[in-house]
Parts: sequence; structure tokens; C-alpha cells
Amino acid sequence: MSLRAPAKIYMLLQRFLIRLLTMVVTLFGVAVVVFVVIRVAPGDPIAMMLPPGATDADIARLRTLYGLDKTVVQQFFIWLAGVVRGDFGTSISLRQDVLGLVFNRLPATLELAVVALAMAIVLGGTTAVLGARERGTMVETGIDIVSGAALSIPDFLWGLVLILLFGVLVPIFDISGRVSPQLDLPFVTQFYLFESILRLRLDLTFDLLKHMLMPAVALALPLAAIISQLLKQSLKEVLDLDYVVLARVKGFSETQVILREALRNAALPTLTLVGVQFTFLIGGTVIVERLFSYEGLGNMAIDAVINRDLPLIQGIVLVFALLFVLINLTVDMMYALLNPRLRHG
Amino acid sequence: MDEGRVSRHRAGAKLWLAGGWLLLALLAAILAPLVAPQDPLAQDLMLERLPPFWIDGAEPGYWLGTDSLGRDLLSRLIFGGRIAFIVAFAAASTACLVGSALGLVAGYFGGWADRVISRIVDVWMAFPPVLFAILLVAVLGTGLSSVVLAIAIIDWTRFCRVIRAEAMGQSRMDYVENARIAGYGRVGIMLREVLPNVVPSIVALLSLEMGIAIIVEAILSFVNLSISTDDPTWGGIIAEGRLSIHQAWWVLVFPLVTLILTVLSFSQFGEALKTRFDPVLW
Amino acid sequence: MNTCLDIAKLSAVLPNGQRVLRSVSLTVQPGEVRALVGESGAGKTMIGKAVLGVLPSSVRIVEGDMRLEGEDLGKLDPKARRTLIGARTALIPQDPLTALNPSRRIGPQMTDRLVRILGWSGEKADKRVRQLLDEVQIRDPERVLRCYPHELSGGMRQRVLIAGAFVAEPRLIVADEPTTALDVTVQKQILRLIAQLQREHGTAILFVTHDLGVVAKISQKVSVLYAGKVVEEADTAALFSAPQHPYTRALMAATPRYTDPFASLKPVDEAVLAGLAAEIASADKAWRRPHG
Repeated sequence: MSLRAPAKIYMLLQRFLIRLLTMVVTLFGVAVVVFVVIRVAPGDPIAMMLPPGATDADIARLRTLYGLDKTVVQQFFIWLAGVVRGDFGTSISLRQDVLGLVFNRLPATLELAVVALAMAIVLGGTTAVLGARERGTMVETGIDIVSGAALSIPDFLWGLVLILLFGVLVPIFDISGRVSPQLDLPFVTQFYLFESILRLRLDLTFDLLKHMLMPAVALALPLAAIISQLLKQSLKEVLDLDYVVLARVKGFSETQVILREALRNAALPTLTLVGVQFTFLIGGTVIVERLFSYEGLGNMAIDAVINRDLPLIQGIVLVFALLFVLINLTVDMMYALLNPRLRHG
Repeated sequence: MDEGRVSRHRAGAKLWLAGGWLLLALLAAILAPLVAPQDPLAQDLMLERLPPFWIDGAEPGYWLGTDSLGRDLLSRLIFGGRIAFIVAFAAASTACLVGSALGLVAGYFGGWADRVISRIVDVWMAFPPVLFAILLVAVLGTGLSSVVLAIAIIDWTRFCRVIRAEAMGQSRMDYVENARIAGYGRVGIMLREVLPNVVPSIVALLSLEMGIAIIVEAILSFVNLSISTDDPTWGGIIAEGRLSIHQAWWVLVFPLVTLILTVLSFSQFGEALKTRFDPVLW
Repeated sequence: MNTCLDIAKLSAVLPNGQRVLRSVSLTVQPGEVRALVGESGAGKTMIGKAVLGVLPSSVRIVEGDMRLEGEDLGKLDPKARRTLIGARTALIPQDPLTALNPSRRIGPQMTDRLVRILGWSGEKADKRVRQLLDEVQIRDPERVLRCYPHELSGGMRQRVLIAGAFVAEPRLIVADEPTTALDVTVQKQILRLIAQLQREHGTAILFVTHDLGVVAKISQKVSVLYAGKVVEEADTAALFSAPQHPYTRALMAATPRYTDPFASLKPVDEAVLAGLAAEIASADKAWRRPHG
């Protein structure tokens, strides 16, 4: 029987708070792990910063400046206290505020990830519906084979394949950078794609998409394959249920039956998985951005590692982790909201 | 069942195709000094960027052409396979051992063990894996053992999550209950009753993980952080190929095809083995 | 007047060649209730599904034809067939718990056929649905129409489904064991409701059941099915007073009586089944010769 409205809200709120708590614990764990891992590093970041003729006194001064003369535990809590205040420290290699650097690059990565996610959902959803409608035919077998291959080949390799196909063989898309360098950019935020649409500068939107398409497809293909397989499977299960048979008797066509009766119920189990997979997709941006010289957070992260820029690495990893747990939280809440059983008691 | 027969039939074909390619690549890697037509490190500026054999200008003995330093591509691929397979076997089995053991314990015992292990998995899942691997190798220093360790550290969770879920399902089965009533110890039941039933999944994951390990190694080589710059690795060749893509496409195409075939084979081989082992489908 | 449903020599096979329907012939006249009775696995549900064009994809019709009010269903293209079936037939499903979409409210689930297939206005459809809900004695249609299925009891859901079956004034309803999944107390009410609506609307029903007690209460004609074969066909009254086929008699003997609930239940007589099996085997042999 259904609960009364306050009880429902209470239940959702309780679920939300528990999730929030585990989220904080997870983030704390990430901070500890990354801090420990980095402090084990044998190379001395300070020595790398200074010219070869620097004196020991110079090195000692800088060590004090960056707080590296304290114990690891002290350093951790000093850093953590800063993080809680929103101060992630100063990048050693770029000599700028870490948070500022991260916020400067994060929008590029977010835009890429969201475009890739949208592509994966559209591609995966369409093929799943098509495969379910044509179940048992050659069409379904074809979809199975293609999605099986798309799933097994990771984004890094898809990126290389796309570079070969559309960068060299048929050079129709840009395979390097985020936007053509000769263009004048009127943007005030770093969300170039979003802002170009708002400003109705569709020439810029087009140029941005031309750059974004290849890395986005590379990221989207494995996820599209997973969505396609899972959704098709649960669609096929739902299509044998009585209410779907009833809809067929009512006179609805198979496509209508799938879209109106089956899709929503079949999508629910897929949704949870898409959340986890979306975090994998974002994880994949690190190398795909590198591959396409796309100026996002992941590309900066690799530079930070190569330059042993400890504060910057910590900041970037923590932002990625925050992004991941937020996505999981969102998916969990969406699941609770969309599931009629949970929604109504 | 009719459908079962079809899927088993397909699994058989997959097993042979994927297994065949893996065997070929493995044999070539093991016998590299015997089968490689050239010295993979020998540079010759007279022979730089030779095309593969079917294109005009190719030299006999350099079947797949040469790179920008005149090194034979086929020989480099064959020798690169050595590192790829060593990394695949070492990293995947380490990850498998750690992850499956923890997953089995968490899934079978539940309670505090499960809570602690699951929290650690949560933390691990919040790291972007590629970035984590790059960071680890940067910290541990380049070299074969660092790469193997880094891959095992980032990917043990894959085994842990799957095996935990399966062990949890198994531990609710009646036969586990019966064994307990019969007076067997908990660890004994876990090893004797639960473990054999999750072996098909472990085998499939192990095969899949080998493919993934090869990719991660290639990515690490690609950002110049893997074994060493001298020894040929698939990722290293790809990095060179990416740079000279407009002058010599074959330097990118051949390692890429090799990688794709190997990764596909590992995942399909694992799937097929699982279908083969699965007592329910038989 | 046209025969409402005319099935002639219908045969269907599984992928392995086994026949699940064996030259089934039966008719349903307008306004008549024909019961289709048999044990589980006898193929009675299969006949209903064949008429409605919702057979599982593994079952293939290999011979025979079905006419719905004179229209040969086998001769229509799939789209026209679906439209015809949608306009003239309806289904009362077996399990009310799974026959309503859990993520859609009751209201749209009841009106969608009227609006989207038959082209009614939303207002007219809404009015019609309320009228039917009243006929199935649902007292608070406002609330029910806004509910999700899981907020209603099994009996309420079956009432909703019955109302939904009659809402578009179909000529033929296939009722597929509509009371089997319900509590015994609710069973009787639902059966009475179906009988009452059937009389008032004059709808023909093909009533699939395994329960001879139900047959006696609701139908005018009966076809007894065994292993996909009609073994006896008669007026309901005649069948009960003088069953002709040994299988029918055995089935009756195996049915518990309300008058004598403690009498020991007999399984269907084995000698009868053996005779039937031999009969069917020879019929199959003869059938396979021309059909390969």
C-alpha cells in the first residue's frame, strides 16, 4: 500500500543522507591513497623546479614554502584543511592556483564527456530497440556482432582507428585540439560549446563539434555497446510479459509496444549500470584527450604526473573522484525517483 | 535446447579463432629471435620509412616496412609481443589472485569483512584508472615490474566485484547450507563448495584482464612511461606511428591491428571458455 | 449473421516439429460463450493466442485458417490484421498482477486503445472508461484511474482489466483463465461479473479454463481439448448430462465436487490416456506424410 507523502519524502531524504555520508568517506579514502602514493615518489619535485646550479639553501627554502619539510601526516592534514576551505595549493610546475587551473580545464572535459554520453545513449538505445523489434532475425545477429566488437575494443584503440580513418584516409574531421587556433573566441566561460550555442555563434559550435566528434565517438562506442546489449536483453525479457501481449492485442504495432510499454520498465535496470559506465567513460577522457591533444583536465593530469607536480595531481585526482561519486549519487537518486514501487512506497 | 546448441556452436568457433590468434602471437613472441626477419633495434637511415611488401619501393625482408629510423616493423612487433605477453600474464594473474581472494572472502563471509573490502573497492572505483596507472608508474619508476604492479593495483577490483557478487549468491544456495549442517568449517566450505562454482567467471575475467593489461601497457608506453625507450613495445610503436602518421601510415596501422586482434581474442576466448565451463549450459 | 469466430483445421508446430495444435476446428457464434477446457499443456491458451495473433515466436501455424466475422485473418497483411484484431477483439488475461504496465497509471492504460487506435477524443474515451468502471462496480473511479497498478489489489486489477476488455465494444473476447490467479472468494465475484457484462453487451467469449465447474457456470458450448486436439464438442448442458468421449468422462471424474468435497480425488484414468496417446500418435503419423 502506498505511503503518505511525508513518509515518501522522508524515505528519499534518508537514502540521500546515507549516500552522502558514504560519499564523504570515499572521498577521504581517495585523498589518503593519493597522498600516500605521491609521497612514496623517489624523485624530488623541488630539485626538478630549480636550475642545476641551485644551492642546498635554495632547495630548503622552497621545501619550506611548499610545506614539504613537515612529516607526511602533518602535510596531509595541512593540505586537507586547505581543501576543506577550497584551497588546493599552488601548482609547482605552472605556479598557479590549483583550483583555478582545474576549473579552467574541467569544462572542456565535461563537455566532451556529456557529448559522448549523449551519443552513447542515442546509439545504444536505437540499436537496442531495433534489435528487440527484429529479435531472432539476421538484424539482431548483426547488432550483436557489432556491439560485441565495440565493447571489447577500448576507447584508446577506437581513438587510434578514428584518427587513421578520418584524420588520414578521409580527412574530414579535426583530430587535434579543441577549437581551430585561428578563430577569435568571444567566450567568458570555459564551456565553449554551451556558450557558443547560447550566443548563437553556430560557426563556432560547428568548429567545436568538428574537433570534439572523433574523441567523443571513441569514448562513446564501448558505452553504446554496453547500453545496447543490456537494454536489448531487458527489452526482450519485458516483451514476453502479459501487459505487453495485451498491448499487442489492443492493436499497437511492435515499435509502439516497445517504445510505450516496454522501454521505460526495461530502462530502469540499465540506468544503474550506465552510471558506473559513465564514470569509466570520464576516466577514459584522460588518454583520449592526450590522443587528440584536446585541452581538457585529463591532458593536464598527464602533464602534471610527468612534471611531478604534486599539488596539481592531488587536486585533479580529487576532482575526478568527486565527479565520480556525484554521478553515482545522481544515478541512485534518479533510480529511486523513476521506480514507481520506490516512489509510492 | 535449440538456443543452447547455437550459442555453444558459436562459442566453439570463437574459441578456435581467438585461441588460434593468441597461440600464433604467443609462439612468435617466444620464438622471436628465431622468427623475426631482422634485428628489431638495428637502425639504417638508408631504409627509413620503407612501405609494406605490396607497395612499390618495398625491400625484400622488410615485410611490413620500416619506421622513421629504418627499423623493421615486423621484427619490432614480434619482439614487442614478448613484453605484451609477459605483462599480460603477470599483471592479470596478480590482479586475479588478490581480487578473487578478497572477493571470495567478502562475498562468502559478509559482515565486517565485506564492509571493509567494499569500502576499499569504492575508493578504488573513484580513481580514473588510466590516470592512476600513470601516476603509479611515475612513482614506482619505469620498468617491467613497475608496470605489472601498477596494472595489478588498479585492476584487482574488477575481480573483487564480480567474485564477491557470485560468492554471495552461492553462499545462499542449499548445498552450502547442507555442508554447514554436515559440520564442515567455514573456510573449508568456501574453498571446497563455493570456489569451484565461481571458477568459470574467474577464468573468463582472467582472459579479459590479460587483454586489458596489454592495453594499459600500450597506453603507458604511449605516454612514454613504460618499460624503457629502447625495447620495442606495441604502445611505443603506436606512439611513433601517431607522430609519423602522414608520412608512414603503416607504422600505426600494423601495431594497431595487432593490438585489436589480441584484445578481441582475449575477451572472446574468455567468454567462450566460460560458456564451455558453465555446467548449466551443457 | 456471420459466425463470430470460425477456426478450421488449425495446426501449429514447435521448432522441433512437434505439433502443439492438431487440426483444431471450432466456432463461436455472436453473443455466445464457448468454453475451451482441458488440462494444462493441452493447447487451450495457444488457440486463444493464435486468434489474437500473439503466439510466441517459436510456435508456427502450418495449416488451417481463422475467420473473424468472415474476414480470413491469414489473408490479411500484418498491419491490417493487427488493426482488425485491435478493433474487434479483446483479451482478459490470466494474471492481473502482470497484465498491467507497472510504470503507467491505470487511466491511460485503459484509454489508449480508444484514443490511439480507434481515434476517439480524449474526453469521450474518458467518459466511456468511467462508465465501464461503474459497470464492474468500481466505486471510486477517480482514484483508480490515477493509481499505479501496484496500488490496487488483485481483484481490483482484474476488474480494471475486464472493464478494459469491454471498453471498445469488441465482438469477441478471449478470456484466458481469468480467475485462476485469484483468491477463491474473489473468483466467484469476477466470474459473475464477466457473465453479467457478457449478457449486457452481447459479446461472444472464447473462455479458456481448466475448471469444469467454471464451464458449467458460464458457457453455452464446450470444446474439450487434449494434447492440442478437440476430443469432444457439445452444448454445455448436454456435455454434463451425457459426456460422450471417455476422456471427458475421466476429466469429470477427476473434478472435485462442492457437494462432496471429501470424496477422494481420482487422477484422470490411465487407460483412457493410453488410448488417446495411441490415437494421437497414429493421427500424427498420417498428418506428417503430406506435411513432410
